[in-house]
Amino acid sequence: MVTIFNRKPDRDESGPSGKGISRRDLLKSGGSASLGAILIISGSSIIHPKFAWGLETTNLDPQTMATLIQMARDVYPHDQVPDRFYAIAVKPYDAKAGEDPKTKKLVVDGVADLDKRAGKGGYLGLGWEEDRLAILRKIEDTPFFQTIRGGLVTGLYNQKDLWPIFGYEGESFSKGGYIARGFSDIEWL
Amino acid sequence: MAAPYDLKDDSVVVIIGSGAGGGTLGNELAQKGIDVVILEAGARHEYDDFINDEWDSFGQLAWVDKRTTSGDWRVAKDFPNLPAWIVKSVGGSTTHWAGASLRFQDHEFEALTHYGKVKGANLLDWPITLAELEPYYAKAEDKMGVTRTNNIEGLPGNNNFKVLKAGADKLGYKECNTGHMAINSAERDDRMSCQQTGFCFQGCKWGAKWSTLYTEIPKGEKTGKLEVRPNSMVQKIEHDKSGKVTGVLYVDKDGKQQLQKARIVAVAGNSIESPRLLLNSASSMFPDGLGNSSGQVGRNYMRHTTGSVYAVFEKPVHMYRGTTMAGIIRDEAKHDPSRGFVGGYEMETLSLGIPFLAAFLDPGAWGRSFTSALDQYVNMAGMWIVGEDMPQEDNRITLHKDEKDKYGLPIANVNFSDHPNDKAMRDHAYKQGQDLYKAVGAVRTFPTPPYPSTHNLGTNRMSEKAKDGVVNKNGQSHDIKNLFIADGSQFTTGGAENPTLTIVSLAIRQADYIAQEMAAKTI
Repeated sequence: MVTIFNRKPDRDESGPSGKGISRRDLLKSGGSASLGAILIISGSSIIHPKFAWGLETTNLDPQTMATLIQMARDVYPHDQVPDRFYAIAVKPYDAKAGEDPKTKKLVVDGVADLDKRAGKGGYLGLGWEEDRLAILRKIEDTPFFQTIRGGLVTGLYNQKDLWPIFGYEGESFSKGGYIARGFSDIEWL
Repeated sequence: MAAPYDLKDDSVVVIIGSGAGGGTLGNELAQKGIDVVILEAGARHEYDDFINDEWDSFGQLAWVDKRTTSGDWRVAKDFPNLPAWIVKSVGGSTTHWAGASLRFQDHEFEALTHYGKVKGANLLDWPITLAELEPYYAKAEDKMGVTRTNNIEGLPGNNNFKVLKAGADKLGYKECNTGHMAINSAERDDRMSCQQTGFCFQGCKWGAKWSTLYTEIPKGEKTGKLEVRPNSMVQKIEHDKSGKVTGVLYVDKDGKQQLQKARIVAVAGNSIESPRLLLNSASSMFPDGLGNSSGQVGRNYMRHTTGSVYAVFEKPVHMYRGTTMAGIIRDEAKHDPSRGFVGGYEMETLSLGIPFLAAFLDPGAWGRSFTSALDQYVNMAGMWIVGEDMPQEDNRITLHKDEKDKYGLPIANVNFSDHPNDKAMRDHAYKQGQDLYKAVGAVRTFPTPPYPSTHNLGTNRMSEKAKDGVVNKNGQSHDIKNLFIADGSQFTTGGAENPTLTIVSLAIRQADYIAQEMAAKTI
């Protein structure tokens, strides 16, 4: 299972609870590296300070995971979809990397290649989406890219919590279908 | 005798598969007092077990045993191990189908006569006519409760239909309505009416849509003359020295191999599995597979010329609400070669949820061109194109040279390439579909490629002469008198229409024939 953990918002800095690491602890520890303006990496975790979630990695470097999250957004960009959903979508690679050395190599080498192509600062250092896309277009036929992209089709879009963002209402049987809930309510035609 | 039947009981009719063909044939025979065993590869999920969730339901119902693909069709690239989107469960693909129940048109039974020879196509006239099948179509429509027949009201149109209808009016199409659907518009046959739930493809949790799972099969079982054995994967059909089939080898629910004796065997495993079984049943007497003296087993695989058109509008549609196939336009279903192709096509509304739209809108696509389409999901309408494709000898099911299933039998390879006629038809339909939506204000349209095949046809086709096909006009093997085909693989050509009603009609007719021949002791 995906172990994305939610924390209270960062304005509540009451300290770590459960697996979470508070932003204050993180900043105090001095062990953080800021990636872009979004994600903070510390030890084995990626923290999203603003939206209060974190992701712990065990088999992949958190920086590798952070790069995968950015890559996932670049492949299937939805500006209205928070990072958390992309993180959930790529999180399984951390577990798979522990079970299967081939998968680990595929991901680690794939991310290293992205960083190498990006030059100084790496893939995450590229500020413009277009610059990152230029790299992805060059590698889109590789097993690495196709594995990540293919996995996202279900990993991202099959998250039930994501559907309302697109206006998809999902399961309807328990609500009696749409017969009394707007199946023919179109008015603009 | 009464069900359940002994494995050694060689008086039973064994039917392989419980979908539109097998489930119907089983009930029809049982109603006549004939002893029937249906072997179904899938599990039995009753309709309250169905899941309103695209991928979870796919996991529950879909046939996902590995197959391979070849040919120039895009499915071979995008879904190399999933050529068909069909079902492995009691009820077969009647759990998943959308419910469209259309009769073939007269000329479609005589494709060769009406279209003439088409280069590269293996066209043939059916050995039966519309007139011969009409009484059975009528029985099937009554059995299935098809709307707009038997004084059954049409279904109400949902938003997706209303967009289609408005566009049809703008384009001057005359034959547009909410279809001939085997979905109850009012209570009928102890089944309730459609609640516009929007998950027809995932199995109707109300039982409003006809499926053999909760109509034919329980009715047959009630007679005491029908036994359904789920989780029973048939491996081989056996025969005696005279060439008559004598029983089938299958793996039962516990993984043990069993031999069920039989007086008659009817194969109804859909157009990939049925020819695979005949080919895997090759013996020294039938080295090319059972019933294959013509060499046509597995050939002429048809999947209908399909595609979808989705369109984005400025305002909400909510296409996913209500009946998935909520309406139809039939104006293009005619044979009018002035359009640049023979045969015709239907336009039928279709909707996918976010998970499946992401998988099928443009498989492999990525980036903002793709994602911005999904961003407009609420404002989207959609239709499916279903038209007659050309039978081609090399579009075929073969046994894989190396890969085997978990029981050690070769898996099926599905080779398919579009005929130029298929491409011309699809392009025409894409244009009409996009024009239709633009006529009502679409800001963006998507000519979406075919999904894995839902209409699998033709791989054991009917023919007048034994050299041209696998079965005769009764679905009876030309070579082996007590071997029948009861599914869509017996279609000589595909027509433009969704095939289920025709499969059911043929099964009712076949039951009459089998009963008559059994009584006459010819089989």
